[in-house]
Amino acid sequence: MTNEERETLDDVVVRFAGDSGDGMQLTGTQFASTAAVMGNDLATFPDFPSEIRAPQGSLYGVSGFQVHFSSQDIRTPGDDADVLVAMNPAALQVNLASLKRGGLLVLNTDAFTAKNLAKAGFEANPTEDGSLDAYRLLPLPIGKLSRTAVAPFGLKAKGAERTKNMWTLGLMYWLFGRERQPTIDWLRHKFAKKPEIAEANVAALNAGHIYGENAEMPHGIGVYRVPKAEVGPGTYRNVNGNEALAWGLTAGAQLAGLSLFYGSYPITPASTILHGLAKLKAHGVTTFQAEDEIAAVCAALGASYGGALGVTGTSGPGVALKTEAIGLAVATELPLVVVDVQRGGPSTGLPTKTEQSDLFQAVFGRNGDAPLIVLAARSPGDCFDVAIEAVRLATRFMTPVMLLSDGYIANGAEPWRIPSMKDYAPFPVEHRQANGAAFAPYARDPETLARAWAVPGTPGLMHRLGGLERDATTGHISVDPDNHHEMTSLRARKVRGARDAFEAARLDQGDASGDLLFVGWGSTFGAISQATRALRAEGARVGHLHLRHLWPLPRGLGEVLDGYGTVLIPELNGGMLETLLRAELGAPIRGYHKVAGQPFRIAELVAEAKRHLDAPPGDSPITPHASAPLRA
Amino acid sequence: MTITSPAAPAATLTKKDFTSDQEVRWCPGCGDYAILAAIQRTLPKVGSRPESTVFVSGIGCSSRFPYYMNTYGFHTIHGRAPAIATGLKVARPELDVWVITGDGDALSIGGNHLLHALRRNVDLQIICFNNEIYGLTKGQYSPTSDVGVVTPSTPFGSIDQPLIPVRVALGAGARVVARGYDVSKKLAEVLEAAHRHEGTAFVEVLQNCIVFNDGVHELVTSKKTGPQHQLWLRHGEPMRFGPKGERGLRLDPRSLALEVVDVAGDEREGVPESELVVHDETNRNLAWMLADLAEVKALGVLYREVGPVYDRDVAAQAALARAQSEGDLDAVLRSGHTWTVT
Repeated sequence: MTNEERETLDDVVVRFAGDSGDGMQLTGTQFASTAAVMGNDLATFPDFPSEIRAPQGSLYGVSGFQVHFSSQDIRTPGDDADVLVAMNPAALQVNLASLKRGGLLVLNTDAFTAKNLAKAGFEANPTEDGSLDAYRLLPLPIGKLSRTAVAPFGLKAKGAERTKNMWTLGLMYWLFGRERQPTIDWLRHKFAKKPEIAEANVAALNAGHIYGENAEMPHGIGVYRVPKAEVGPGTYRNVNGNEALAWGLTAGAQLAGLSLFYGSYPITPASTILHGLAKLKAHGVTTFQAEDEIAAVCAALGASYGGALGVTGTSGPGVALKTEAIGLAVATELPLVVVDVQRGGPSTGLPTKTEQSDLFQAVFGRNGDAPLIVLAARSPGDCFDVAIEAVRLATRFMTPVMLLSDGYIANGAEPWRIPSMKDYAPFPVEHRQANGAAFAPYARDPETLARAWAVPGTPGLMHRLGGLERDATTGHISVDPDNHHEMTSLRARKVRGARDAFEAARLDQGDASGDLLFVGWGSTFGAISQATRALRAEGARVGHLHLRHLWPLPRGLGEVLDGYGTVLIPELNGGMLETLLRAELGAPIRGYHKVAGQPFRIAELVAEAKRHLDAPPGDSPITPHASAPLRA
Repeated sequence: MTITSPAAPAATLTKKDFTSDQEVRWCPGCGDYAILAAIQRTLPKVGSRPESTVFVSGIGCSSRFPYYMNTYGFHTIHGRAPAIATGLKVARPELDVWVITGDGDALSIGGNHLLHALRRNVDLQIICFNNEIYGLTKGQYSPTSDVGVVTPSTPFGSIDQPLIPVRVALGAGARVVARGYDVSKKLAEVLEAAHRHEGTAFVEVLQNCIVFNDGVHELVTSKKTGPQHQLWLRHGEPMRFGPKGERGLRLDPRSLALEVVDVAGDEREGVPESELVVHDETNRNLAWMLADLAEVKALGVLYREVGPVYDRDVAAQAALARAQSEGDLDAVLRSGHTWTVT
């Protein structure tokens, strides 16, 4: 079938779901890469369990990967799916609610056995009892079709069965008129040492495609094309948040003229930052897999003390363990970047699911008055720029900087216009050298209030640092009451003053005044942005302000908020930024909270905004609190 | 390891050059004073330079040490000095990095970091002041306190089994394990030996806390009983001790343990010196037996072995990576699949 006969769609969401051993993450990643090759804008959302191989057919073992691809500019992996591929009954059970009514449902009927149906909680086979009549159903014996396709390659039964994800991918490629070659190249590269596996998978991919071409499809199942998106000129790649963060930290260190020391202890979802940086030894990067979270931050701080850029990365539980050492970095006023890839909490919480609930921990979570700078990335590609910003601020103000990412952007991918290092202005850091005068380790730069960075090995500047309170000038131990008051104030003023080095608060969308202003931070950017766009398209006077700098808050924030009748802060937590802004600005703020381990859907934000917009003036409704979270 | 500056010969420095202007604030009579003096004497002897020497400490009485040294110093947080020192040494392998810690700091709250610094063999000198008590928090029993010791937190006597620091170090794979005591004239020699070694050197210093645990090591350290209880080890020499070297150690082949014997002398009956065990610093089995000795305390270098040094290997791996790559970050960003929109 040629493209001319294909129905054109602007925007499609495909969700692949199966057992955690079914290869759905890989299938989704390949589908996304091909969408990128074909010029679509895209966003992905991997959604997988914390078990590596959960029992087959179980509900909690379902692994999903959603790809949103479009000919338009998109910013989220999409709300509901247009196509759901369910490799077993459990995958159907878990994901059916997110399939649009009338959407295409591809089922692997081989897995719809009595046993699997029972495990998934189906009393009857949904492919037979009419309960799926609201969808366009395409039930196929995918397991059997794949095994037949790869029979010539002599794989063992398990290996043959494993090619069913490629068969499914082939079918999807046919459906959306995608090129197969990039995936074929990738398979041959990945299995270069096992050519029989590579060729079997290629055969399965081709078989799925051929099946689509030849089989008589049920009524209503056509083929589609999604044209290229109009994007700015440049060289692009797909990037996930942790990759971009690793590169951004490296870029930041290079711009500062420092070597980078990354101390980390494996933790989901931050570990891949360590993996990424470990490959960059030729680029001035040293990685250190420490014995625990505490050693990871301590080694990073030791490296900073030695004049390198110390960075540690973890998730929320790891930050809890690092807290005392971060306090030491605050006290000794050494640069340090702490990356927190947030996940559901408290405690172990939801390790593979996303949340924004470490904001208080980042801003306040230390003993004593221990202020530091807190930044958050808004998308996978943004991680690169925020990492550079974190390095810039940590070295300029001699302070720890907490950089918040989350599981959603750490694992999610988007096309990224690849920057060039020469696009960024260097911010070279100079370690203090002796100048003949007596050295006062806590003497400060009058503009930034930062102390000098004098590193061991420098003749004439020998001094002692420590966690005991220090004299405001000499740095010697001091228990003087006035000195402690002064030092506490200096540390606070230094961090608060860092806002002068930030961009002032600025609307992303909207006018200086309006009825409702969304204020967001972190990975909710995409959903809020698209919700704002949708509301504005309907004529609503809605604006969107996104905060990259969370502590201190940027200049001009109060003025922007004053222009709006209602300020609505959607967060994937119980209302942390909301509380922070109330305390700082006293503005009339409403929150909207969701802690379901899932990102916001655009539609729920639109609906929430309308609830406020439709309320009588001055009577914006109180939003349901986290204690009664809204579930989509 | 020390890096000496060729421009300024080390011999021109003295103890004074390593002494800071800060008033020393340990209790009068504390064993720490003697250790401080021994280290300040050792540094000029081994060719250290104040600007390239760093003392990193944790928390506790001993950890105030860096403030009294005219070198770089970092008084950190409880138990974490080995981790901070590891990061520093990896980032700056040319520096001479010492860790000053105590029995509680190193073996209780910081046990994990000590374990891993030792197994990695980072080039550090870890000096553990062992007074078998928590001094700074006013006298609770420590992980090296004997069973039965009565303290504010053990009013009925401690029932915790103590750790033996040199055994912990050997168990963690330490390549140099040594022991001395605070007021010993030979402490500087032990420190010198530790410093000479590239890799982690673990030195336990028996130290007297005059306020909360006075006399805890007296049997070994006093002038009166010390000679009977100090076995100073010398590589290649038979193991003898006592005021006139009249006692020695022999291997009992049936129990595979060291036994104390009288050594034959001019007017003494006993076993001939040829039957005594000759100290071999590189013999790990022997080191374990020396660590276990109860009747007499093994002092000096119990064990020494050359092994791969972590910070050197990190640097070597980085150098190799740099030799094999252009180091162009723009090229990294463009690696893998890319596409161009015009």
